Amino acid sequence: MRNAFGQPQTVLVLGGTSEIAHHVVLQLVRERTTTVVLAGRDKGRLEDAASELREAGATTVETITFDASDPSTAGATIDDAFHAAGGPIDLVLLAVGQLGDQDISDNDPVATIKLFDVNLTWPAAALAALRGRLISQGMGHVAVFSSVAGVRVRRANFTYGATKAGLDALAQGFGDSVRSSGIKVQIVRPGFVRTKMTQGLSEAPFTTDVDQAAETIVKGLSSSATVIWSPPVLQGVFFIMKNLPGFLWRRLPG
Amino acid sequence: MIDATEELLTGWGNTAPSLARVERPRTGSEVEEAFEDMTGPMIPRGLGRSYGDAAQCAGGTVVSNRGLWHLSPIDPETGLVTLGAGVSLEELLAVSIPAGYFVPVTPGTRQVTIGGAIGADIHGKNHHVDGSFTKHVTSMTLATPTGVVTLTQKSDPELFWATAGGMGLTGIITQATLQMIPITTSYVTVDTERFNDLDGVMNAMLSGDDDYRYSVAWVDCMTSGPKMGRGVLTRGDHAPRSALSGRSARKPLVAPSSSMLTVPFTPPSGLLNRLSITAFNEAWFRKAPQRRDGEIQSLGSFFHPLDGVSWWNRLHGHRGFLQYQFVVDDAHGEVIRQAIEVLSAASVPSFLAVLKRFGPADPGPLSFPLKGWTLALDMPIGPPQLADVLDQLDIMVAEAGGRIYLAKDSRLSPELLRAMYPDVQKLEEVRKRIDPKGVLASDLSRRLGLS
Ligand SMILES: Cc1cc2nc3c(=O)[nH]c(=O)nc-3n(C[C@H](O)[C@H](O)[C@H](O)COP(=O)(O)OP(=O)(O)OC[C@H]3O[C@@H](n4cnc5c(N)ncnc54)[C@H](O)[C@@H]3O)c2cc1C
Repeated sequence: MRNAFGQPQTVLVLGGTSEIAHHVVLQLVRERTTTVVLAGRDKGRLEDAASELREAGATTVETITFDASDPSTAGATIDDAFHAAGGPIDLVLLAVGQLGDQDISDNDPVATIKLFDVNLTWPAAALAALRGRLISQGMGHVAVFSSVAGVRVRRANFTYGATKAGLDALAQGFGDSVRSSGIKVQIVRPGFVRTKMTQGLSEAPFTTDVDQAAETIVKGLSSSATVIWSPPVLQGVFFIMKNLPGFLWRRLPG
Repeated sequence: MIDATEELLTGWGNTAPSLARVERPRTGSEVEEAFEDMTGPMIPRGLGRSYGDAAQCAGGTVVSNRGLWHLSPIDPETGLVTLGAGVSLEELLAVSIPAGYFVPVTPGTRQVTIGGAIGADIHGKNHHVDGSFTKHVTSMTLATPTGVVTLTQKSDPELFWATAGGMGLTGIITQATLQMIPITTSYVTVDTERFNDLDGVMNAMLSGDDDYRYSVAWVDCMTSGPKMGRGVLTRGDHAPRSALSGRSARKPLVAPSSSMLTVPFTPPSGLLNRLSITAFNEAWFRKAPQRRDGEIQSLGSFFHPLDGVSWWNRLHGHRGFLQYQFVVDDAHGEVIRQAIEVLSAASVPSFLAVLKRFGPADPGPLSFPLKGWTLALDMPIGPPQLADVLDQLDIMVAEAGGRIYLAKDSRLSPELLRAMYPDVQKLEEVRKRIDPKGVLASDLSRRLGLS
């Protein structure tokens, strides 16, 4: 059960090898979290993350595998996750996603489909599967990992940006639809975070380390904000970006 | 058919809402019906005046006791009254005061039910003299998953005392017989003293509380330095007829009226912040006299000053608030000062804190009072440091052999619960006996890992 500060005891991470989500959970384990279910693609990396969480103090960590490029697995994955948790789940971090490669998806329909499957269709199906579960357990909290890349889509990664824009919109509507059932949905919009996923890419302004990002997100999770920006300054920056006229926006680098 | 609806419930602090099916049985047999085929989880609820998640059950069933409403006349020979568990203290006092009886124990609000009063084994300003609520209960009827039992302190002491402060986890009390106390007026004679620091308040309580039936101090936790913990001590006893004059002498037994004002909606969080709370505390301290003896106050204004405004909890905004209440024994009185210091160093805003003395404990394994000092502080959710600061206080309290009050709790950890309530296994053993399938559970019991 979560407490008055919204600190969860049981956490499910969808995208269990996501570095940002992993660092968020590491901090939650220092608060009240004792049970963690990690769901992801790579069994070996999930197990590594699991042992780190056990070392940090989690008493029960379970791992389950799924492949997000096949959205039809979403329902079964959610069933498995609740089974593994052995009871109500207080917080779900929906952190499934790939950056993709714009140079490839520019001209490749198959790569484009795959990116949408992983970043949008699988998560959408997972939210649909979660909905009834959360309502019947009578409480819950979902944090959907979107990205500032979806706030205004850049030509350098527009396919990725579009998948996140779709996910962001979906999460907002999903949140509104379950609000009266006592379920809290938040959208996490990180900027550029130094992780394996972004290794080798040129850093954007306001780049943060993963620890910093996790700290901002953990703080945000216990607030009533519907959107968690990391770092917080990006809220103002993207308010401006979003409202820039197109001819100016196109002149910005990448 | 039992009346039922789906409802999103919180405690008085408006935190951690959860959805449950609320059933409203009107008779003992409807309560038994509610247990039929029930796989759980399920928990009783009164007026929801506990601050946290004690009377909530996410995804399960919450049984409102408010339909269990019957009230037989008070026996003029013995002062005993038998009543439904859903009767509130306000409703009881409305009939008992004109008949010359007061409740043996009252909390700071009349808006609590008999079920909730036993479920939390509540205490009043007279704990140092009279003990807590359940001590004055001569018998009760308890519906459990394995059947209905009538309990006295002798018939099944384990189950009786596990139910006292058992937070609804041993079953649903449907009715109780309560020993009332005789009064000749609905007034209290009150002595008030103001002190410029915490030591002054505590010394006066140590040396003088035994001379008064009722005693409470309000302490300012937001002033640091030498004035830290300055406070106002009010102590009193039921006024005799001879103390009254004028209109009150002609009408000496008047029941308190229900509240006149309502906070109609929830304003934004942050209305009550460090600044506004400091200003409030200052004004309140200055208003108190240095010393005043023998003032006549009505029962309502002495015992339930906050009942004048209903739903005042909404003033804390949509993020809600919590109350931190702990007790330590006399050998660890310094923890009171340390706790105030920790909160003031962390700049946690808190309204006036309430300081009381407790007498000896009940045998209830989860009953809160211990002989010594108790401090209760209201604080809004919001300051980012608050969660950690309270975790730090928990450790201080546990190391001093003290504990925090579950009726106010919304954030304790399972490990520290066990450190603070070493007899918790006794409750768990009783639960194995009367609830082998583990039907009874609340958000609080699941958060605290109570089996
Ligand atoms: C302004 C204010 C001042 C207060 N002052 C004090 C004080 O001075 N001293 C003090 O001790 N407390 C105080 N309290 C706390 C309050 O007295 C307790 O929380 C009390 O339990 C509330 O009663 P309720 O009917 O609202 O019960 P609820 O809050 O609805 O339930 C409390 C607990 O009792 C259980 N319960 C309810 N009905 C039954 C039943 N029929 N059978 C078995 N279990 C049941 C519930 O499951 C729950 O665990 C105060 C609260 C407020 C809001």
